[in-house]
This record gives sequence, structure tokens and C-alpha cells, in this order.
Amino acid sequence: MSIEKIKISEALHDLMPPEYQDMVEDATYGNQDRGWKDIGESKELIEQHSLCAGCPESIAFRYILASLPAPENTVFVGSTGCTSLVFPMVAVHNIHSLFGNQNAVASGLKRALKIRFPDVEKDVVVLAGDGATVDIGLDYTMQSWFRGEKFTTICFDNELYANTGGQESGLMQKGFVAKMAPVGKLFDKVRLPEIARESGCHYVACLTVSKPNRVEKVLKNAILVAREFGPTYIQLYTPCILEIGKQSMEGLDEMKDSEAIGGRFVFKEYMTDEVKEFLKQKDAEEKDRKKAAKLAAKEAAKA
Amino acid sequence: MNKPVDVQNRVLKGYSNVQIGEKSKYKDTQTYTDPNFLFNEAEVTPAFMTGSEVIKEAIRRANIDLSVAYPITPQSEAAALIGELYAEGYMGDYFRGENEFGVMSQCAGAAFGGARVFTTTAGPGTLRAFENFPMWAGSRLPIQVCVTMRGVNSPLSIQPDTLEMFFLLETGMLIWHAETAQDLFDFILKGFIVAEMPDVHLPIAVCCDGFFVTHTKDTVALPDEKYVLPPYDPYKSPVVCMDMESAPVRMMRDPFVMKSNYISYMTQASWQLEVRAAIERSRKYTKALIGDLIECENIDREIIMIGSGTAVSQAREAIRLLGLDGIPVGLVKIKTLRPFPHEEIAEALKDAKKIFVPEFNVAGYLAREIKAVLPNNDRVVAGPHVAGGMTMPSEVIADEVKKALGMKTSGMTARG
Repeated sequence: MSIEKIKISEALHDLMPPEYQDMVEDATYGNQDRGWKDIGESKELIEQHSLCAGCPESIAFRYILASLPAPENTVFVGSTGCTSLVFPMVAVHNIHSLFGNQNAVASGLKRALKIRFPDVEKDVVVLAGDGATVDIGLDYTMQSWFRGEKFTTICFDNELYANTGGQESGLMQKGFVAKMAPVGKLFDKVRLPEIARESGCHYVACLTVSKPNRVEKVLKNAILVAREFGPTYIQLYTPCILEIGKQSMEGLDEMKDSEAIGGRFVFKEYMTDEVKEFLKQKDAEEKDRKKAAKLAAKEAAKA
Repeated sequence: MNKPVDVQNRVLKGYSNVQIGEKSKYKDTQTYTDPNFLFNEAEVTPAFMTGSEVIKEAIRRANIDLSVAYPITPQSEAAALIGELYAEGYMGDYFRGENEFGVMSQCAGAAFGGARVFTTTAGPGTLRAFENFPMWAGSRLPIQVCVTMRGVNSPLSIQPDTLEMFFLLETGMLIWHAETAQDLFDFILKGFIVAEMPDVHLPIAVCCDGFFVTHTKDTVALPDEKYVLPPYDPYKSPVVCMDMESAPVRMMRDPFVMKSNYISYMTQASWQLEVRAAIERSRKYTKALIGDLIECENIDREIIMIGSGTAVSQAREAIRLLGLDGIPVGLVKIKTLRPFPHEEIAEALKDAKKIFVPEFNVAGYLAREIKAVLPNNDRVVAGPHVAGGMTMPSEVIADEVKKALGMKTSGMTARG
């Protein structure tokens, strides 16, 4: 999308809702340096959300939207669950169709956009919960990886079905007592990051959202790699504080505890050698670009 | 809102996204052709081919962007032939999905992204895919699925049976039923045009009877393959094309799914009603392209047979047999189940004393649909109907009439 397209006709300016005016005047579409640090300083692409107070998913959503490399050319595919309550209030196109078919929808979408816009990089990003990704949608998740579909899959792993009231999911820890697991879950947490690696994903990361810098970096890596190589996968721990008996302010601690040494969410990242080389090169280019921009700014200030 | 349509002279107006006569984006031997010319004026040559090959020939001229395939009898051949078209460069993309639920979701994704999409399925595949169909309609995606109908029952059957069309009736899709190879060819091409009209913009199921149509050879009149339909214009959609080429706006303050209040229920209800209204609005385009939604022969007679698909072909032969015995019978062929031609059927059958509805399914659902729109519906005999792949010889249909008239039958009925 050309940035011009979101601009408001002068004659209609007063009629547009204030949040749209802000989006045109103060959002970060087209800004190469956009990232999580813009939060609080510019208009966010998420207007508001109806998630629970203190829900780590809400901050994950904000980091992701702030860190997309090109939101003006990004389309999200979601699924049923807590995430689907947020998408209607997000300023990028997003599709919600059914529960579990998100990677199949994204496959068709990415191919259609490739046909229709052969010269523009249109990023497709799937964002769904663990029930949608690992249980009901596992076939479609994995088959899209087998086929080498060029988009990023993000799983908000809260280790249960949150939106339906805390039932057991495949990503729940073994032994956890939940609805539909009345004597505790009987089998291990599904190792989806490893499955992703073996199923054709070129870049895989598993982490919590306690460190925004890391979330931003991982997201950018995943999207850049998906453009060039093929499927990428990010699993983010976004604990459901409501269903694990935590207070609103305890989400961050829960994430920090789980990523400490020996925890379930110690940061891990898998990538192919080709991707490692590619990302190294991208980082170097990025560094050079920023250095040149800084220099130019300095020169301009001098002049 | 409505496009100008001259039903009388069957002229459809309006293609602004491309120049008619321009070379196709996919195949430079093809040129974008005004559908009016392609359907009404282009010279045709007769070809003798299977229904599966007819599907291929229709798609060759349909200018689709993408197709997704999955094997299930009896549509596998057609789906593979479309793959050959892809290999020859007739479309943008083609691949095999993992199962029909995946396939229909992939079709949805491509249609959300602004592509003209075609797929095929049958029987258990239709049922596996089912959750997608009301979603397609509710999302206003003008995808075309060709349903080559077969049994869906257990024990396993791959034989012809039309029960799945019954299940599709309330999905919000347009449902057309082809009787012959020529119907199939015409319905596929014309189906795209009707389904993509901005005030219709709904998915369409072009149904045909598996094996009877897909695996038998029939003569079909084909226009030259240098002609191809103009491409779909996603920016005429009544809903936003999900390609991030228009300004993203907050769709709603809170998702309606979270609200338990009257406005939320009302929004959901009116959306569903609008889908139904769009089906009704398709009538004017459908009539302009395929003629009246029903075709009548000798409806001044006291006994009428009414049906859809190959049941009509069997009925036609039964009527000839009954004629030999001096029993005059009229015929009504239904071409579209959605929109359902209520008024047309009521009018055509107003003077009939006895109405027979031959069907290839255990439920006899078409008879129910017909009974629902007729006064004095005790005139309707819901049959004969066969199921599970049984054939319905014309003699069986003729016997049903004779039985109702208290006449001696040929004994075919007992043979099944």
C-alpha cells in the first residue's frame, strides 16, 4: 500500500474519527526504524484491546505490531481465541475465518498476493493461540511448513485454551490440573519448536515476551527470512494469568521465572546455516544504514 | 447498486478493470473476451468428451488465478486436468492441499487476497470441507467449487448420490445443478460472472452428478480456446479485499462475538439475511445468462415430472415410455436450487393434478422443497428416489406414475 492511501482528504478531515487522524499523522507506516521503542511516542497500530487487565498477550501484540518491518504491506491471519478479540481493532488488514485453519488460509493468501503483486513484498503473518496452532490446526500448521510456504507463523502459547475457560491444550505442561485434565495432563508439552525445525522452518524462535528488544529482533528476523527462504516460526509464552491463578501485575514475573535457567521458556533459536549467513549480512547492512543516517543527520545539523 | 442488465436480450454490461481484446495475463494466446460475445456470439465447435474434460475446457477459458486440488473420486480426474492447465501456463498457481478442509481454507485465503479461485470436490470431501462453506458466504468470497456428487454414507460408497447438495442448501452459497456436459461447461463459466457481481458476491457450487456426468462422454459445444473471461476485479467487492491496498480501519469497537446484547444479535442476524438477499439478487444475472431458472416442457399436462440433474434426463426418457402407453406427462427441469425458483415452480405446476419428483438420494429433499412452495401439496409424489449409487432406470420412474394411476407396472421396480 502506498502511504498516500491512508491520507485524509482535507475536506473530510474533521469527519474522520480522532484515532484515524492520529494514525495518519502520527503512526509509523513506512518508517524503516520502527520498533517497540515507538510505543508511547507515536500512534500504535493497535487501538485498544478487550483482553484481561495485565494479560501478557496484550503487550506481546503491541510489541509485534510496533516491530513489523512493513505494516503497510502486511496482512495478518488469525484464528479463534483471545487473539481474535484484538484483531478487529488493529490497523493492518487481518483475516479471521475459522478455528485452526489459519495456516491454510495464509497459504492461499500469500500465493494470491504473490500473483497479484509480483513486484511488491507483501508479508503474511499468522498469529494464533496454542490451541489453534498445535491442536485443532496442527495438520494445517505443519503442512504449510512441509510445502515451504513463505510466511511467518506466531503462536501465542498460554499453555491452555484461555478463551473457552482454561481447558487442557497440547502445549500445556505435563501434570497441570485444568478443565478437561481433571487428574492432571498426562503427556508432555508438545515440542513444536523442534517439530518446526524438522518440518522445514528456516528460522525458529521460542521465548517469552519479557524482553521487548528480543521480541522485536526475533520478529524482524522471522519476517525477513520468510520473504527470502520459506516458513518461519515463533513461539511466545504469553501466560494466561487468569487461568493459572496470578494477579494482573504478576505476568512479567511469571515470564521471567519461566525463562530462567532450567525453565520451560529459556530462549532458543534455530536457523539453517544459510539463514545465519543471511541474517549476519542483514545486520551489517542495517548497521551501515543507521551509521550513514546518523552521519547525514550530523552533517545536516552542522549545515 | 444493481448493474444494468437487459434480461430480454441477455446482455451484461461493465468490465472496467481490463480492456476487452487485451492479451491474457497468463496465456498470451488468449484474449480477454466480453462474456456476452463468448456466451452468445462466439462460433462453437462440437466436441465429444467426458465431464471431467468439460471441466478442464471450461477452466481453460475462465481465467482463474488459482486452484487447489485434492484427490477424491469422482472429481480426481478433473482436479488433475486443471493441474495440466497450470503446467501449460493458464493460471497463476495450483497445488495439492492436505485435505478438503485445508483446500477450502486455502481457497478462502486466496479469495480474501483478491484471486479468482476454482476447486472441485465430492461426497465425503464436501462434508470434510463443510465448515468453510458458510464462512465463504459470510465473508462474501466468490469462490467456485464444482461438486461432482457421490454417496456420503457408510458403508463406503463412491457411487452417484445427491445428498450432499441437500446439506449445501443453507450455507449461503449459490447452488446450480447441471444436467448435461453442456450445462456443466456453461454453468462453470457463467457461474463466475454471476458470483462475482458486486451485489451478489457469493460463493457458488456448480453441482453435477458424479460418474453420470463426470465419467460419461457427451457432446459439448466449445467456443475457440483463444477466448478467455476478463479477470475478476477484487475492488468491486462489497467487502474489503485483504491485500493492504486500502486504508485499514478499526472494524468495530468490540468484536460482536463478545457482546451479549440486542445490537450484537441484530448485527449477526442482518448479516445472514443480507447473504440470503444477495442470493435472491443473483436471479437477474442468472436469468440473463442461463435463461429461466426452470425449463418447462408440456406443462399443460395433468401429470408433471420435476427434478434436477441427471434425474431430469431419466425422467425425459420415462416420459417417452409413458407416451407410448398413451399417458401424457410434462417436465420441469430445475437449474438452480439456490436461488430456489419458488414462484416459477408454483406457476409451472399450478394446473398439475399429480407431480412426481425423481431423485438420486435417500431423503427425497427436492420433493420437500417443492412441497413447501405449492398449494395442495398432496399432489406431490416424493419419488421415485434411489440411493447409494443405485441407478434409476426410466422404467422405474414410469412405473411410479403407473402405480399412482392404478395401472399395471412393468415389474422393473421390484428389480431395483
